[in-house]
Amino acid sequence: MDILALVAASFLLAPLAAWLGGRSSPLVAAIPASLFAGFCAFLPAVRSGRTPSEVYAWVPSLGIDASFRVDGLSLLFALLITGIGTLVFLYASAYLKGQERLPRFYAALTLFMAAMLGAVLADDLVLLVVFWELTSLTSFLLIGTTPESAEARRSAQQGLLVTVGGGLALLAAVILLGRGLGTYSISEIVASGSAVAALPAAPAIVVLLAVAAFAKSAQAPFHSWLPNAMVAPTPVSAFLHSATMVKLGVYLLARFNPAFEGHGLWVLLLTSAGGATMVAGAVLALRETDFKRLLAYSTVVSLGTLVLMIGLPGEMTALAAVAFLFGHALYKACLFLVAGIVDHETGTRESTALGGLRHAMPVTALAAALGAMSMAGLPLFFGFLGKEMIYETILADTWWPALAVAVVANATMVVVAGIVAVRCFLGPRVPTPSAPHDPGFRMLAGPVVLALLGLVFGVAPWIAGDTLLTFAAQEISGRRTDVPLALWHGFTPALALSAMTLVMGVAAFLRWDALRGALSRVREIDAWGPDRGYDGLLAGLQRLAVWQTNAIQNGSLRVYVGRVLATVALAGAPALYLLGGVAFPAPDAGWLRPDLALAVALIFAALAVVGARGFVSGIVAAGMLGFAVALLFLLNGAPDLAFTQFSVEAIAIVILLAIVGRLPFRQQDARTRRQRVRDGGIAVGLGVSATCVLLGILAMPFDARLSDYFRAASVPEAHGRNLVNVILVDFRALDTLGEISVLGLAAVAAAAVIAGVRRRMSEKAS
Amino acid sequence: MNSPIFKASSRAILPLALLFSVYVLLRGHNEPGGGFIGGLIAAAGLAVYALPRGRSVLVALIRVWPKALIGAGLALGLVSGLPGLISNAPYLTHQWTFPGGLAVGTALVFDVGVYLTVVGAVLTFLLPYLED
Repeated sequence: MDILALVAASFLLAPLAAWLGGRSSPLVAAIPASLFAGFCAFLPAVRSGRTPSEVYAWVPSLGIDASFRVDGLSLLFALLITGIGTLVFLYASAYLKGQERLPRFYAALTLFMAAMLGAVLADDLVLLVVFWELTSLTSFLLIGTTPESAEARRSAQQGLLVTVGGGLALLAAVILLGRGLGTYSISEIVASGSAVAALPAAPAIVVLLAVAAFAKSAQAPFHSWLPNAMVAPTPVSAFLHSATMVKLGVYLLARFNPAFEGHGLWVLLLTSAGGATMVAGAVLALRETDFKRLLAYSTVVSLGTLVLMIGLPGEMTALAAVAFLFGHALYKACLFLVAGIVDHETGTRESTALGGLRHAMPVTALAAALGAMSMAGLPLFFGFLGKEMIYETILADTWWPALAVAVVANATMVVVAGIVAVRCFLGPRVPTPSAPHDPGFRMLAGPVVLALLGLVFGVAPWIAGDTLLTFAAQEISGRRTDVPLALWHGFTPALALSAMTLVMGVAAFLRWDALRGALSRVREIDAWGPDRGYDGLLAGLQRLAVWQTNAIQNGSLRVYVGRVLATVALAGAPALYLLGGVAFPAPDAGWLRPDLALAVALIFAALAVVGARGFVSGIVAAGMLGFAVALLFLLNGAPDLAFTQFSVEAIAIVILLAIVGRLPFRQQDARTRRQRVRDGGIAVGLGVSATCVLLGILAMPFDARLSDYFRAASVPEAHGRNLVNVILVDFRALDTLGEISVLGLAAVAAAAVIAGVRRRMSEKAS
Repeated sequence: MNSPIFKASSRAILPLALLFSVYVLLRGHNEPGGGFIGGLIAAAGLAVYALPRGRSVLVALIRVWPKALIGAGLALGLVSGLPGLISNAPYLTHQWTFPGGLAVGTALVFDVGVYLTVVGAVLTFLLPYLED
């Protein structure tokens, strides 16, 4: 009950967050803070090796449960989400003060947090997919916080399409997994170990899971949505696009790693994508000057590192990945919040236009320095520990390509850290659009706390390690690791590599201007990058849609109706053929009934419709036909149907009355002879097809089970004697709900179309 | 459209149609009728009344834009399924009570939702064609 209560509470608190946030009250941070406290209560259980889990029946007929599970990995994520969430909510309450649409913003932010919690705590694949998609949707809303800007709209759409496309891949993987193993329970699937990798569909599952994770976690070539998402307000960038959502893909890979560890394709995909992403991110980061985009590219590098580390087998790589992930969440969120403060106070995010800010904003400068030192991987900071472990594990495997990539990636981190902390805060003061000073407590709390945590956990890593990180790593590797986290590993080759990385990074930082100039002259990156490919793909899709619309919907109602009816007529033929050809029912003894007179009347009415010369006589004839059909219903024991038919005919006449004076319907039939023959052919074809189908249905033995059930259950279960109505509002109420939704939507859409046509007509007239 | 006969007779038709529509709605569970037919009858009555009088008279009469009726109807339909969840039954399992032997249940709320949606849909569609 506890886990479900926490997840449900995070969703249900969204209106409260909207209300508090709309008033820019700092109390809004109490919402994630209380959730954080709630999750802290799970720490002792996880530490003693237990994994509290809860299972609720959801769709029992399909074997899908709403099950939740807390283990080291999910608890680490839950604490990061709610902990950083608390600082971000507090920060946003000052940062966004006075902006428009705040309630919407906080509602979306809270729903995002809830969806993230659901995704990492879900122990059922289908539940995971639902929450996964919810994070994509809320991210779309948050990137598009200012929908007036075309850039924000494009970025929001890009982020949505890429991550939701990955979500589709995840859904496919989930279905393959569920079908193959007969369960949707994640813990059962992971525990079944080699059985998963032995599935015939395993290669497809591996590829689909990897695509889903790569799209979400911005791996090359899907990475370009992440830097573009920086149009979002800074709290969003810090929360979603550095600390939490982009790590969901990493989480997915980590979660399924025990099942696929050592699988050739899994290792190949993860290591190659991770390595490629690290290099691509490093190159792109070094040519960027915008503060936030710079950090975003360095996040891409870090995400690549994480994917690479998960791809490499072994329990030490798992621990290294967890340590790196934890350290990254701390320092990257800190630096993003610093970037927001700088942007907020100086009015610019161009790192080339900033300098010497330490005098104006000393506390911010301190937080930036601490965060940057952790990012650069200097000793005493948690970032050092993560980087050191990565080097150690790669050295242990003596896998040289990975080592080279890791050194480049970490050296880039040093450069980015230098740009953020040294270039902007040290040196001579550069004039900025507005005069900066340290912001208030609400905005400083986040970066300062995160920066100090990076130092505290760096000096005393066992605090985080023994309580949580080793247990998280255990879930990734599937094995217990006894190696404790420690800052000092002695004079090892890894330390030498660290020193080399630092030297390389500092050298590159000192020559950053030249390096950036050289890299930004490589025009091919802009011309051939995936961002351009995305635009091309979207434009192609739109061209296809235009072509298809012109081909199918040419604007003439008559053509539409003709095509639809012709399709229906033709579709009946193969079905009849496949089901045994045309069949005739056994002749009924009492065929001479009053209905026969009605049948004759129907035939006459139909002929009158065909023969009608003008629009009004056509309406009258069609009305006759409708009333005759209604009478037929009435005589055959379907008074409800008849009743409805009568009402529809009456309404149709009223509406046509209203329209007839306004639209050019009075003209004579202007079809050519050929068109008439064609329309006649469609009409005859449809008539023949419908007759054959109806005869075929009558020839089949009548299965009375359903109608007998309704007849028997109607009064005792639904307390009504009118079967039609009881079915509509009770037995099949969900269908009816869908139907009235369609009805309402159709009316709203039709009204919008008509209003548009009328406006164009009146514009033409004036 | 502006004939006095039409105007006068539609004034008489409106209350009859509305009364009849509610009657049809309420009897629907046991006799032919129900929310859909009732909605159509009410919409027909309102449409006949509005045709010679114009849009503003219609909106003034029903107090809201017809689109709001669609929303209200759908909301009622959605909400009527919730009480079932409380007693741990699937969504839209209707709940019943029997004051004085008369069966009253959330099915009626649902049917009223259907009724309102139908009225709203027909009038929304008709609205652009009415005179201002």
